[in-house]
Amino acid sequence: MTETLLSVRNLRVVYPGDDGDFRAVRNVSFKLGRERLGIVGESGSGKSTTGRAIMGLIAKPGRVEADELRLGDSDLTALDEAGFRRLRGKRIAMVLQDPKFSLDPVMSVGKQIAETHRHHFRSSKAEARKAALEMLEAVHIRDPERVYHQYPHQLSGGMGQRVMIAMMLIAGPDILIADEPTSALDVSVQQQVLAIMDEMVKSRGMGLILISHNLHLVSSFCDRVLVMYAGQIVEVCDAGKLHEAQHPYTRGLLAALPELGRRRDELPQLQRDPAWLADLPAALGAAT
Amino acid sequence: MSNSPLRTGAPTGWRGWLLEPAPLSRGQARLGRWYRGWLGFRRNGPAMTGLIIVSALVLVAICAPLFANHDLAFTQVLEDRLQDMSWAHPFGTDELGRDIYARVVFGSRVTLTIVGLVSIIVLPVGLCIGLPAGYFGGWIDSVLMRITDIFLAFPRLVLALAFAAALGPGIENAVIAISLTAWPPYARLARAETMTRRHAEFIEAAQLQGASSFRILLTQIMPLCLPSVIIRLTLDMAGIILTAAGLGFLGLGAQPPLPEWGAMVSTGRAVLLDQWWVATIPGMAIFLVSLGFNLLGDGLRDISEARSG
Amino acid sequence: MSAVTAETPIAAPNGWVRRFAGLVRQVAGLLGSVSLTFLGLTCVTFVIGRVIPIDPVLAVVGDKATRSTYERVFKEMNLDRPIYEQYFIYLKKILHGEFGTSLMTAHPVLSDLLRVFPATLELSVSALIVGVCLGIPLGVVAATHNGRWPDQVVRYGSLLGYSMPVFWLGLVGLLIFYAKLGWVEGPGRIDISFDDLVPTVTGMITIDSLIAGEYETFWNAISHLILPGSILGYLSLAYVARMTRSFMLTQLRQEYVLATLAKGLSPFRVVWVHALGNVWVQLITVIALTFGSLLEGAVLTETVFAWPGLGLYMKNSLFAADLNAVVGGTVLIGVIYIILNMVSDVIYTLVDPRARARK
Ligand SMILES: Nc1ncnc2c1ncn2[C@@H]1O[C@H](COP(=O)(O)OP(=O)(O)O)[C@@H](O)[C@H]1O
Ligand SMILES: [Mg+2]
Repeated sequence: MTETLLSVRNLRVVYPGDDGDFRAVRNVSFKLGRERLGIVGESGSGKSTTGRAIMGLIAKPGRVEADELRLGDSDLTALDEAGFRRLRGKRIAMVLQDPKFSLDPVMSVGKQIAETHRHHFRSSKAEARKAALEMLEAVHIRDPERVYHQYPHQLSGGMGQRVMIAMMLIAGPDILIADEPTSALDVSVQQQVLAIMDEMVKSRGMGLILISHNLHLVSSFCDRVLVMYAGQIVEVCDAGKLHEAQHPYTRGLLAALPELGRRRDELPQLQRDPAWLADLPAALGAAT
Repeated sequence: MSNSPLRTGAPTGWRGWLLEPAPLSRGQARLGRWYRGWLGFRRNGPAMTGLIIVSALVLVAICAPLFANHDLAFTQVLEDRLQDMSWAHPFGTDELGRDIYARVVFGSRVTLTIVGLVSIIVLPVGLCIGLPAGYFGGWIDSVLMRITDIFLAFPRLVLALAFAAALGPGIENAVIAISLTAWPPYARLARAETMTRRHAEFIEAAQLQGASSFRILLTQIMPLCLPSVIIRLTLDMAGIILTAAGLGFLGLGAQPPLPEWGAMVSTGRAVLLDQWWVATIPGMAIFLVSLGFNLLGDGLRDISEARSG
Repeated sequence: MSAVTAETPIAAPNGWVRRFAGLVRQVAGLLGSVSLTFLGLTCVTFVIGRVIPIDPVLAVVGDKATRSTYERVFKEMNLDRPIYEQYFIYLKKILHGEFGTSLMTAHPVLSDLLRVFPATLELSVSALIVGVCLGIPLGVVAATHNGRWPDQVVRYGSLLGYSMPVFWLGLVGLLIFYAKLGWVEGPGRIDISFDDLVPTVTGMITIDSLIAGEYETFWNAISHLILPGSILGYLSLAYVARMTRSFMLTQLRQEYVLATLAKGLSPFRVVWVHALGNVWVQLITVIALTFGSLLEGAVLTETVFAWPGLGLYMKNSLFAADLNAVVGGTVLIGVIYIILNMVSDVIYTLVDPRARARK
């Protein structure tokens, strides 16, 4: 692994509630270089919460604690809200699941992209506009001038997600967290969007965290995979060596992958062992 | 799941059973929902205040003679006109020498009567229009909703005022006028609730068993609509009270010598600058009661939102 | 930086044409539903004026009228015709602005209505300004502080507003600010000494006096306006703030809020530009509704403040058993309601890109 962009040690996120505190993320640790890191796990396993915690976007009353949370040379645990604001978009950005909901419906998409630029570079309207148009071209949008003036509801899902990527990358962050970026898209455009994201990340030498519930997608796209279950990382694998996975949950996920020639309703039921819920020894992924 | 390692400090015992995140039976789930609702309500001080005020109104109205002397409220004692507050007359007396405290107490009966009558009229009317509209759809829905929209598009107080003017002043006519303008939201609500349930499995099962539409509406759908309709009614109560008081203030509601609060404020206007209490005290009663209903309705809505959301 | 020259025009002409055509179609559809509502309105007022009263003639002329007046009016009202014919005649008259003659003033009802309406407009517009300018920011702050003290203050402050009988609030206000403290002028629109000093242009004294350059009159009028205006304003503020809060809470839960924060924007911009930008669309309807309810509130407020507007006119007519005037006023307010609804629908489509596209 090359230089470390992000290192996380024993990240914990707690949501207090009526019926006690809910520990959504428990002692998650990993390091990220200029690589593509996948996080997989079933819905509710704490993937999104992990991503948001890194960006300082866990809303109150949720609490975030970590033994170490370091982005390049800045210590995120010591950062206040204003400090986080300077990092978001500029050094670390996030693409969300469904562009239909994650773009402001009443602002033209061009303005939304330009807004990021203006905010981070204090640029003039014209400069920001030019940068936004270039960015639209970079994500392979054919008619940037026209798309610039369109509103989110006028875009298809694939186009929307490209716009989202453009909006998030325009200020040149080192790290992109993509939270289920293709789950809301048609199967036919999923690959295109992933390819664009891959291209952008490679050409800019960024680190990517790809969050998904789809082990197949993550293993084919990423270099390394973290498997999460109930708020913990239960396994860390190189994408090519998934078949060597130890944890029964990972093995279950692997077995659940649809294979050619097998009908969907034959998918094996994933058996859960209550023992998997127990706290694991801290700092499992810290070494890698 | 109460002993899940993901949760710390979860309640145990019967509260734990009620608050169980993964209830074992429907009964437990329902009781749990009510209990959560009540927990939220009880912790909501303002909502509790509302409940207390409304309960107090009902209590005072029912047992008015226990709280004040009937004769003091109605007998004119001209030599006692416009007395200041004193032990004998805690809120003073009005221009005809009647005890304002006693009149306010007995006035609660008038208010409660109006509110009660309006509810009795508005609920069935709203349900009669909304249930079939939502259940049958098609042209029945279009026609009924068109009518509802027309009534909804009217300024409420002004229409009530015009009705009261045409029908003549009086408490019954005020009730009719308010009801005529108050039913549309209930029709809409009942329609919306019906539409979400029209295709539920148990309804279709009843249809297959050959139950008539009327029967299904009455026995299956209406009970499901009632809770939200009743919450809406609680929220509207304050508005109804204010409209009634407004009509009374204009002289179109309950007629003298009935101690209607709005009319009492109106008579006090003439002496506002010298004997402020004559107009102010009954107004405060209106304010307090409608505040009570608003607080209560607000709390109820919080619960129902929490439950559905 | 020279990219600016390649500005919008490429897409614009086509877009405008399409937008305009959509608008026309929408207005046409709207007119259909508006005329239906109007028919409903006139039906109801017809029933009020002609059907409910046992003797509609008596209801119009009053019981002191002579035999000959009675008969003349009986004919004028076409009471010898079948009832549906009566309705169509009534409808035709209303469309021509004929509401009959007022018993109280002996003028045509329409001219009376036009004379008193500016006073009501002046009052309700000032109240609306108070309500919107304070209500929206308060609602936004309440939403961003959901559950904390500013939210509680706004929430229960507006609940208090909801619960107050406006006529009582008016009386208490007069008692305190006029009688006891002397901070404002009392009932009426203006002191008698300033009466008729400025020529009528709009009928709204504050504006007319500014046009005429009569600043003393202006300040006197303001001093009369401020108390009833703030009281009605408080009531509309309560409604506007509450609706803003609930709309904002919905918006703040949306994904795009998270996305805009992830871009690095300040919460201030996210709230006041992005979330509020989405709320505006919904607020237009609320503001129209508020204005309508202000017209209603004016009936009671004007009675308390002896404000010579539509409300007071209707109230006085009511007690003069002047049914023509009452029904005329009802129709006028009803029509304003309908227009407000229509205008808010049209503005809605103009503001919301999604609604524009749907057509
Ligand atoms: N704001 C919140 N308040 C309370 N619980 C939350 C909140 N956000 C997420 N959770 C809970 O945390 C757990 C993990 O959620 P999430 O990170 O969204 O999972 P994933 O993205 O893996 O599907 C879930 O059980 C969810 O219910
Ligand atoms: Mg998620």
